[in-house]
Amino acid sequence: MAGVTLDTVRKIYAGNVEAVKGVSLGIEDGSFCVLVGPSGCGKSTLLRMIAGLETISGGEIRIGDRVVNQVEPADRDIAMVFQNYALYPHMSVYDNMAYGLRNRKTPKDEIERRVREAARILAIEPFLDRKPRALSGGQRQRVAMGRAIVRKPQVFLFDEPLSNLDAKLRVQMRVEIKRLQKALGVTSIYVTHDQVEAMTLSDKLVVMSGGQIEQVGSPSEVYRRPETRFVATFIGSPPMNILPGTVEGPGRVSVGGQVIAVTDMREGLAPGSAIEVGLRPEDVQAGGAPGASSLAMDVDFVEELGATQLFHGKVAGAEFVVQASTGQIAAETRKLTLSIDPGNVHLFDPQTTKRLGRV
Amino acid sequence: MEKRAHISGWTLPLLLILPQMAITVIFFYWPASQAIWQSFLREDAFGLASEFVGFENYVSLFEQPEYYRAMVTTAIFSSLVAFFSLSCALLLATQADKNIRGGHAFKTLLIWPYAVAPAIAGVLWIFMFHPTLGTLARPIRAAGIDWNPMLNGTHAMILLVLSATWKHISYNFLFFLAGLQAIPRSVIEAGAIDGAGPMRRFWTIIFPLLSPTTFFLLVVTVVYVFFETFGIIDAVTGGGPAGQTTTLVYKVYADGRLGGDLGGSAAQSVILMVIVIALTAIQFRYVERKVQY
Repeated sequence: MAGVTLDTVRKIYAGNVEAVKGVSLGIEDGSFCVLVGPSGCGKSTLLRMIAGLETISGGEIRIGDRVVNQVEPADRDIAMVFQNYALYPHMSVYDNMAYGLRNRKTPKDEIERRVREAARILAIEPFLDRKPRALSGGQRQRVAMGRAIVRKPQVFLFDEPLSNLDAKLRVQMRVEIKRLQKALGVTSIYVTHDQVEAMTLSDKLVVMSGGQIEQVGSPSEVYRRPETRFVATFIGSPPMNILPGTVEGPGRVSVGGQVIAVTDMREGLAPGSAIEVGLRPEDVQAGGAPGASSLAMDVDFVEELGATQLFHGKVAGAEFVVQASTGQIAAETRKLTLSIDPGNVHLFDPQTTKRLGRV
Repeated sequence: MEKRAHISGWTLPLLLILPQMAITVIFFYWPASQAIWQSFLREDAFGLASEFVGFENYVSLFEQPEYYRAMVTTAIFSSLVAFFSLSCALLLATQADKNIRGGHAFKTLLIWPYAVAPAIAGVLWIFMFHPTLGTLARPIRAAGIDWNPMLNGTHAMILLVLSATWKHISYNFLFFLAGLQAIPRSVIEAGAIDGAGPMRRFWTIIFPLLSPTTFFLLVVTVVYVFFETFGIIDAVTGGGPAGQTTTLVYKVYADGRLGGDLGGSAAQSVILMVIVIALTAIQFRYVERKVQY
């Protein structure tokens, strides 16, 4: 096993397109690191650079203590699961899993033993003689995982492995991947654009945007204390509401003339200066009486999600969404009072989009 | 709602397929049936009368040693051309499939020979390898080899194989390139991560995945060598020296046009027709079945 270290890694494509702009990241041995971001944020490119499928334009990638910039993919001691599974269509499931071991001149009985074991763990023993085209999407996904684990690599790389599966299977495979990774204890790097996958799988969550890292932390850290407005609106579903506001004084901001209290606020902000106020739909208490720290909301329409309802509308002229338990508030309600817990308010600088919390 | 257009009556459908049917009947079924009928007839030396002789033309054909020799010649010729044109085309296609500078120009230029008429291609190669005039024949002779395709049957065959191969590489190249581009990049990347070097990746992943294309091209190339190299043979060697490069198709022409044995020539045509029908049938059977992805 080994950790992975990235040191100001860059990728510049022909035509001076900078896909990855100097990313530094340390991934501890045995941890599950998820790179999440919208498409085009450079997360897949970064993963492919770690795999050795893309050249590194600048910086250094280390697996364990070894710099691998010039090392062939085959010699990096990694295994990768691709989005389209990339199984060898002309080989049986058994041969698909044995291929990497045969290339490394593993003894035949050892190959047999490892393939059988992986097949048992992944419950694909009945399919060992079949060709990939005779398998369902979920079974192919398992074979792709099997091909990775038989090799007993230092690092697993996953490139959006669940995005070709239907919603139900995706949830099931997500749990299995997590369980498998915990059982094997192999350092894993997982790329996805799905923030639910990112939150549930990761020990270490890396949010990327525009070829750069926006924030690194545990899922709960990233959720509770987003460092930038991008992270705040990307992690969490439905996304965080952002309202334009002004600084009133220490621990106080106003939104459209309504003053609310804030616990986590940088000191020394000039009263009257513009600020962005972030509130998660699930952190807002709807339906109370107007109080010391409350906002008025005009409701446009309601989305029913079963256990919860989403009220869409406007606060101080800006779009706003509130989540409430079903039945708590009548769906016909058109005027809502939102009670704001000072501990749940996030403040961002409108210019730099950085968090304006306590230092 | 039904999206298909419905045509009532038979007039329009018949009119629509008429041109295609007319061409097929006039240029294929009619001559083919003529050939079959002719193969059972024997004409007198002046072409004034003919009599029905049953299978006698076929029997005498299989009694001729020349016919067996033409079979062997055809077998050698077609296997050499098939091997070289397929392997060269595959090599060029794998190179063209890489991201190289000027790749488009490279691909276009490789397709050009396909546009050259067979007879012209033949003349081109004669000029290059003519024992006394040829630009390329001179260094060969200077190297101490008595190069003379006019007199030496092996040399004549080499020259034919070269020109026929050169002309057909373009066609095979196009199909191989398309086949290579249809292989998902990630499958090859998975192979690279799985520890297979470029050669091993080629032979254990790319080549097996190309096998439907290869098989299709093998059949097409064999059909090409059987029938379409006539122009090249006629221009380069005329079946000589001493009939050593006479293939089955060339023998049809030589016996019928030059030898005046229309019945025997027709019998040979019928046999060739059976061969090509068999090849096509095999191809359809296998290509339909072996779809890889």
